[in-house]
Parts: sequence; C-alpha cells; structure tokens
Amino acid sequence: MHNIVEFRGVSKGYGEGSNRTEVLHDINLNIREGEFLAIVGFTGSGKTTLINMITGLLQPDEGEVLFKGAPIKGPGHERGVIFQNYSLLPWLSVYQNIALAVDEVFPNWSKTERDQHIRKFVEMVNLSPALNKRPSELSGGMRQRVAVARALSMDPELLLMDEPLGALDALTRGNLQTEILKIWSANQRTALLITNDVDEGILMADRIIPLRPGPNATLGPEFIIDIDRPRDKTQLNDHPGFKKIRNEVMSYLMDLGDASKLQQSKTYVLPDLQPIMPGTRSFPFRKAASTLN
Amino acid sequence: MKDNSIVAIEQPIHKNGTAPTSKAPPAATTPKSGGWQNYVPKIDGQLLLKKSLVSLASILVFLLAWHFGAAKLYDIEATEKVQKVLNEQGEVAAREMIDCISSGEVSCQPNTLPSPYQVLLAAQNLLRDHRAISDKKAEFRQKVANTNADRKAQGLSPITYTGRPSFVDQILTSIKTVIAGFLLSMFIAIPIGIITGLNQNLRMAFNWLIQIFKPVSPVVWLLLVFMIVKTVIRDPEIDKSFIISFISVGLCAMWATLVNTSVGVSSVQKDYINVAKVLQLNVGKKIFKVIIPASIPLIFTGLRITVSVAWMVLIAIELLAQSPGLGSFVWEEFQNGANDSNAKIIVAMFVIGIIGFLLDRIMVFVQHSVSFDKANIA
Repeated sequence: MHNIVEFRGVSKGYGEGSNRTEVLHDINLNIREGEFLAIVGFTGSGKTTLINMITGLLQPDEGEVLFKGAPIKGPGHERGVIFQNYSLLPWLSVYQNIALAVDEVFPNWSKTERDQHIRKFVEMVNLSPALNKRPSELSGGMRQRVAVARALSMDPELLLMDEPLGALDALTRGNLQTEILKIWSANQRTALLITNDVDEGILMADRIIPLRPGPNATLGPEFIIDIDRPRDKTQLNDHPGFKKIRNEVMSYLMDLGDASKLQQSKTYVLPDLQPIMPGTRSFPFRKAASTLN
Repeated sequence: MKDNSIVAIEQPIHKNGTAPTSKAPPAATTPKSGGWQNYVPKIDGQLLLKKSLVSLASILVFLLAWHFGAAKLYDIEATEKVQKVLNEQGEVAAREMIDCISSGEVSCQPNTLPSPYQVLLAAQNLLRDHRAISDKKAEFRQKVANTNADRKAQGLSPITYTGRPSFVDQILTSIKTVIAGFLLSMFIAIPIGIITGLNQNLRMAFNWLIQIFKPVSPVVWLLLVFMIVKTVIRDPEIDKSFIISFISVGLCAMWATLVNTSVGVSSVQKDYINVAKVLQLNVGKKIFKVIIPASIPLIFTGLRITVSVAWMVLIAIELLAQSPGLGSFVWEEFQNGANDSNAKIIVAMFVIGIIGFLLDRIMVFVQHSVSFDKANIA
C-alpha cells in the first residue's frame, strides 16, 4: 500500500511581520491509499488549514504536499471535499447543486448519463423526495447529506471531510456517520476525516492522529484502531478495544490541553524604556525651523 | 361700517368652508368596508379588520386635515383679496368681490391650496379631457387613414396627430421615459458593477469616477446630455427631447445599481467561491453560476433605488427639458394659472406618488421571483 498524500515538512502561517502566527509547523504525514484516516484536534488548532492544503485552496509556506507523488498546485476533481458548513449554493436545488459538480467532472457524458448519475447519488443519501428543494428548505442533516452526495458524485480518489458533522445534533450525526461509512466501504476510497470528536474518529477511522494545538501545531503519534468493520455505533461501547483506545486518545489530548495552558502562562520580558517628559527634548525639525527664522 | 364688512367677509368663507364636507364624503372610506369583511379570511380576521380600520382612519384624518387646512388658507387668501379691493376701489367694489367669490365665479377665486373635493373634480376633468382628446385622435386617424396609406405607398412617413396631449398621454410618456432610462442605467451599471466587483484594481481605478459623478445633480446631467445629443443627432425627425430626458434619467439613477453591484460581487461569501474553486469551474461558469446569483439580492436593492431615483429625477428633468410628460404637465399648469391649475398639480402629485409606489412594488415582485434570499426583501 503506497501513500496517496504526503506532507513533507509543511509549515503554514497567516499574517505578515510581527503579526504573523505560524499555524502549522513541520507537519509530516502520510495518507495511505484506501485507508480511513482521522485527524483529531481542538478547535483552532489548524485542522481546516491542514485540509485546505490537500484540497489545494491553500499553498504551504514551507515544505510540500504531494498527491500521488506530485505537488498539489490547486483544487482538483480527484479530491472531493465536504465542507464544514455544507457550502451548498442556496439558489440551486439539491439536483442542481449536485449537477453543478457532475457537469464539471464528467463533461463528456451524455445528458441522460449525468442525470442518472445525479439521481443515483441523491438516492444514496436518501434525499430523492427532496430532489427539487432548495437548501433553505432542508434541515441541517439533509443539507450535509447533499454536500456528501455532491462530493461523492465527483467520484474522487480521495474524500476530504472537514468536520462534516460538527454542526449537527447527536442523533443525526450518528445516522450520517453510519451512512458515510456504508458509502465508503462500498467504494473503498481513501478518506480523511477531520474532527474534534474522538468517538467519531474511533467509529469511522483506521488510524487516528491527534493534531497538537496551535500555534505551531504539529501532529502527535498515531493510534491504530483495530476494531473489526462494520462497526456498530450502539455496540461499540461494549467493545473492550474501543474503551482502551478512547482512553489513550483522550488522555493524550487532555495532557496536551493542560500543557498548552501551562505554556501560555510564560512571563514576558518588557523592554527597558524611559518615559520622556514633555518639553525636555527638542525635535530636529524644530531646530531647523528656529534656524530658518 | 368696518365691522359690517368683516362680518360680511366671513359669510362666503363659511359657505365655502362647509360646502365640501357635505359634498365630498372621503371617497375611499365607508362604502367599501362592507364588502371588505366578506373577503376577510377566517384566520386573523379580526387583526386584518383592525388593520384596515386603522388605515382607513388614517386616510380620513389626512383628508380632514387637508380639507380644513385648505379652508383656512382659502379664508386668509379671500380676506386679503377683499381687503385689497376695499382699500383700492372702495366699498362697492369690495361687496361685488364678496358676491363674486361666494358665487363661485371662476375669475375671482383666490389662488391657494385646493381642497380634496376640488382635486377630485380636477381629476374628473382631466379624465374627461382625456376622453375628448382620444375621440379627437380617433377621428383624426380615420380622416387621414387613406392619406397615410398613400403616403406609406410612396415611402413617406405617415401624418400623426399633433394636438395637445392629454393627462393620461403624459403619464404614459413619463412611464415610457422612466422605463427607457431604467433599462439604460441597468445595461450600463450592472456590467460595469460586475467587472469592477471582480477586480480590485479596476474597482480602485473606477472609484474616483463613481465618487465624483454620483452626487452630480440631475440638472447638470441634463445639460451635459443636451450638449452631446444636440451635436450627435442632427436628424429633425428624431424625438430629441425624449432621448435627452431618458439618457439623463439613466445617468442620474444608475449609480446606486453600480455601487451595489460592485459591492455585491466583491463580497460574495468565501464558501461559495471555495465551492467554485474546488469544482474547478471555469471563469464564465464561476461568474454566471456562482457570483452573480450570490449577489442578486444586493443588485436588486440597487435596482430598486435606481427605479425610485429615476422616477423622482424624471419629473425634474421633464420640467426642465420641456419634454412631454408629467413634469412638464406640472410646470405648464403652474405657469398657466387657470382656476383649477393648482388642483391639477395636486392630482399630478398623487399620480406621481402612486406610480412611484407601484414601480417599487414591481421591483420587489421581480426581486422575489429571482432571488434566493427571500427573507431580506421588504
């Protein structure tokens, strides 16, 4: 099994000069073909930045991100994205939203082929009754399903999920997790899930890699999840391996959280400055002005 | 003697003040309310009734205030007129004047704010006038039908009716002009707005132009357009005043759309842009499938402002350019100074207001049918 995505010493920051904060520092990561990888981290630790460098929306400042051995220059159809906030176009119906992607990815197909393709994926996420509805008429869970269908309809080699279920309630989330897993196992694509929910990561992924909190976020050690698939969310709690891994990941993240709190309480050294009293110092231009007079 | 005259002066005032109340029941209020209730839906019927009652009451209050205000102004004007005659020509002439005023004789009516009833009469007059003119036109058309057919066969332009336009004709001319001006501003402002919205450098390059020309008064635009059009169009057959007024209206009104389109296009949500990027849409698709639909709400807000500005400016421009329309109607009536000129001006005022309101409603309707963002439309 070879690597589909490689991060080599990747750093990325925002801002200029003294305002600059390095979000990610020296990231090295391999995503293997066909695996389901989860990256777990606190909010604001740079997870979205990380995934945007794979989608090609962002370019690394240092190092390089390789997709199948070639550096990523920009977005591509072989990498499908499910955004955190669905990012559906509100003026298009469910069908049209997916059609926008399908028409772009498969321009050579006939109209009926594309139509069938779109309907197949709407069916897959159980949204056929809502085919012609606008996103504003759908619930949050349904919207996210449309986003899932749109990403999958592009038939990507790599499916990128940026906290796809973060905005949903617990019950809907559970349903969608199972559905995404079902679709993934049917297609056996490589999948990268970014999440802040450890349970979600354990339920869905083959490997979990924690992202240490930023700034200067780096990746922690990987945790292999060797629970047999298909995994049932309701029975997972009784699985001995689940509790063990969960505890390991949780305690690692908790320690990280404590450490970052400690780090923040460092003392600042103030520069040695003397106050200047008004009138005690004349400025050069005043001197010049007085000589002129 | 002086006491006597003052009492006498007050007499016609009372007559004239009270007469309209009996004759002019506030037209829109009572008769319809019975029919209304039949249409009231069961849900919230009481609320609707309450609402309609409140608006009817407000119309009533408005008409009453207008009526009594006009009566008061009439009093003042009439008193002054009689006083003037008394001072200049003596008592006999003053008594004649009082009789003249109270008899409703056209020539000696004081020139002041007309009462609601007078305005209603003026409106009826205008409509009657329109019907008369329409008849005349039809007659004329019949008369010249054969001649025109001959002229057409010879390749000459047909003879058209050149008589005075009726009030309704002038309304239609104004609407035609405002629509032409609106379309012109739309076709200029939206493309430029989109282009400047897409490119920040272009936006900065155009900004000075927009900022400087936006506040320029309609009058100046009119003069500018006049300067250009009079040189460009030499053909006497072409209706220059129409061209001048609609171009000026378009130029005055387009800025709101231009600015709003530019802002709308430049501030499309980043999520939508990201979708376009991830799907690798080409430039055309990105603009027409993502950016323009996303900025439709703001573009339409701009267009609504443009329509109302265009309508407002149109009246002033017609007034100045002497192009036919409501503006020149108002101006001619003001210059005319006939007995019911003031009432006609008020009729025109209401017509202008109602048409402006309807134009705005039409824009809202169109916006509703094309925009995804239903919640933000007032």
